[in-house]
Amino acid sequence: MISLEGLTTLLQAWLHDTLGEPWAFAAQSVLVGIAAITLFAVLGLALVYMERKVAALMQIRLGPNRVGPKGIFQTSADTLKLVMKEGLTPNGADKFLFNLAPFMVMIAAMLVLAPIAFARNFQIWDLSIGVLYVAAISSVAVIGILMAGWSSNNKYSLLGAMRSAAQIVSYELSAGLSILAIVILTGSLRISDIINSQADGWWIIKGHIPVLIAFIVFLIAVTAETNRAPFDLAEAESELTAGFHTEYSGMKFALFFLAEYINIFIGCAIGATLFFGGWMPFHISGWDSFNHVMDFIPSSLWFFGKTMFLIFLIMWFRWTFPRLRIDQLLNLEWKYLLPISMVNLLIVTFMAIMGWHL
Amino acid sequence: MLEEVGTNDQGDMIINVGPQHPSTHGVLHLVITLNGETIKKVEPHLGYIHRSIEKMCESLSYRQFIYVTSRMDYLSSHINNHGCALCVEKGMQIEIPTRAQVIRVLMDELTRLASHLLWWGALAMDLGAFTPFFYSFRERELINELMEDTCGARLTMNYIVPGGVMMDLHPDFQRKVKEFLKLFKSKIHEYDDLVTGNIIFQNRTKGVGYISKEDAISFGCTGPTGRGSGLSCDIRKLYPYEIYNQLQFDEVIETSGDSWARYKVRVGEMVQSMHIIEQLIDNIPEGEFQAKTKAVLKLPKGDFYTRVETARGELGVYIVSEGGSTPYRIKFRSPGFSNLSALDHMSRGGKIGDLMATMGTLDLVIPDIDR
Repeated sequence: MISLEGLTTLLQAWLHDTLGEPWAFAAQSVLVGIAAITLFAVLGLALVYMERKVAALMQIRLGPNRVGPKGIFQTSADTLKLVMKEGLTPNGADKFLFNLAPFMVMIAAMLVLAPIAFARNFQIWDLSIGVLYVAAISSVAVIGILMAGWSSNNKYSLLGAMRSAAQIVSYELSAGLSILAIVILTGSLRISDIINSQADGWWIIKGHIPVLIAFIVFLIAVTAETNRAPFDLAEAESELTAGFHTEYSGMKFALFFLAEYINIFIGCAIGATLFFGGWMPFHISGWDSFNHVMDFIPSSLWFFGKTMFLIFLIMWFRWTFPRLRIDQLLNLEWKYLLPISMVNLLIVTFMAIMGWHL
Repeated sequence: MLEEVGTNDQGDMIINVGPQHPSTHGVLHLVITLNGETIKKVEPHLGYIHRSIEKMCESLSYRQFIYVTSRMDYLSSHINNHGCALCVEKGMQIEIPTRAQVIRVLMDELTRLASHLLWWGALAMDLGAFTPFFYSFRERELINELMEDTCGARLTMNYIVPGGVMMDLHPDFQRKVKEFLKLFKSKIHEYDDLVTGNIIFQNRTKGVGYISKEDAISFGCTGPTGRGSGLSCDIRKLYPYEIYNQLQFDEVIETSGDSWARYKVRVGEMVQSMHIIEQLIDNIPEGEFQAKTKAVLKLPKGDFYTRVETARGELGVYIVSEGGSTPYRIKFRSPGFSNLSALDHMSRGGKIGDLMATMGTLDLVIPDIDR
């Protein structure tokens, strides 16, 4: 059976044989870089298309259906349009920061792709602090958003950026605490350890109610961190026209747009990894033949299936709920989610000490 | 006008919302003074779509000027036409056939329903939910098709004329209205499921944009805006015109005076309009649809005033006649203008998000305000 794991092992062996140790590493780095950029573009396009189709499903209409079969090339055509548009820089804008901001956001989004396990043994970099790395790097994006808002010389952008900063900094806390719940249960920050710990059942199932609570808090926090409705206050089109990217056009706008979708993907991939076992097939301890059948489904399918399911949930939120107000948004975090996830963390710790999760 | 840029001397940020802005629904220009996210002052600037309709009417005959009024509050053009036709009929003392009266009321209520449906979707969109818009437009489209059958137009109807209505009902009208009512009844619970019961929506509207009954009276708020503050101001009940006094319907009144109350009033009015249509649709009397009138209408010397209840409130039509074939002066009292004047009072102390909720529940139609 062809698997992504076999493919990478073959490639690695071939590179080592032909180039020798240092050059093989350099070639691998270049290949991984190209793959990451390609993935960034392809995922962005696919998710935008998915978003439009999900929106259409919710809104009793068809969605894109003209460019290509079922409209699958619509987003590529849109991107082409954006590439050809002029990238305007408004008068009075801080040119350096204004042009740097979209790249900050994009680079932050791409860096977080590193520790994500897309399939069995198919991972760019299995850090020992994988989860911490994700939590740390994903909050760098807010610097890009603040830069964009500040340098645009536009009051709508400034308001949007300020909202975004307040929001991401707040929701980072409960996202971190709910990630910690799984880290405590697993005893490791390494992504591959976390996945392997779920070989006899996903945490969402064997972690009882505390993990379910942690998952719900995590889902809300991810929705907020990626500035998605009902927490899309940073761009709130009916209030701030387009928030922090009001003044951006052309490809610079597209980078913000794609980065938003990559961030959703990453948030959901982390969620799938922590709570649904990543690429780990659905296993029930004791049912060996059932587990064996499940193993026949490729691990990449498991990973993308779970991630897409979570992404669908987040899109579902967007097309159903109205937007919160800024004070309600912060109240939700500081008065409800944060206390809940703190108490929940205590319970999870207690559970881990007592060994109830095994 | 200096205040429109930058910050003022207290360090407050001044922001221009509009004239091109996603939630001002047209070319409304608001200059808002912000302290952080908190609103200190809202100052509407008008006139971006002023077409001097009142002045234009002075050079048009009593049959012609009605067509211009469809362009005022384009979401309830039937009711605008109705108000003007009533004023001319009052001056000429024309008796209207019962069939024409029933058709007029039917059309008015269908228009009110369509207008409230659009408002419902647009309000949800102002609050950040896109999907309800498509659901309300699904039903509104059916009403537009009904209108298209009978009037030949979907927005600016020009159907109600002095003396009755311009032409008879389309043969399919009754059947299609019944089909629509049946469908609408089966769908109206979706509206509550999607928006009314949503906790975020309730939090966004409850206690937002409060106006007391006394203030509502002093600002001249009418329609759902006034009734949301507990002010009984339904012209159909207080000064019934046509056959409204023979119909069974309730004036929906809420007392909390906030955006939530105005929301409840409008949703309640949709149900009441549906009841009115149900009462009439099987009882359209036979007969003439238009009274016999002279080719050239000439109002006697004097001034005439009528008022009707549009989807947004009280529309007053004031005609001063010198006895000629065109009005000497015309003045419309539009509901939107008075309701907008209360916006500053309602939104002070709230957040930017509250301003959108308040504006959404005021249901502003800018051409109605600017005329």
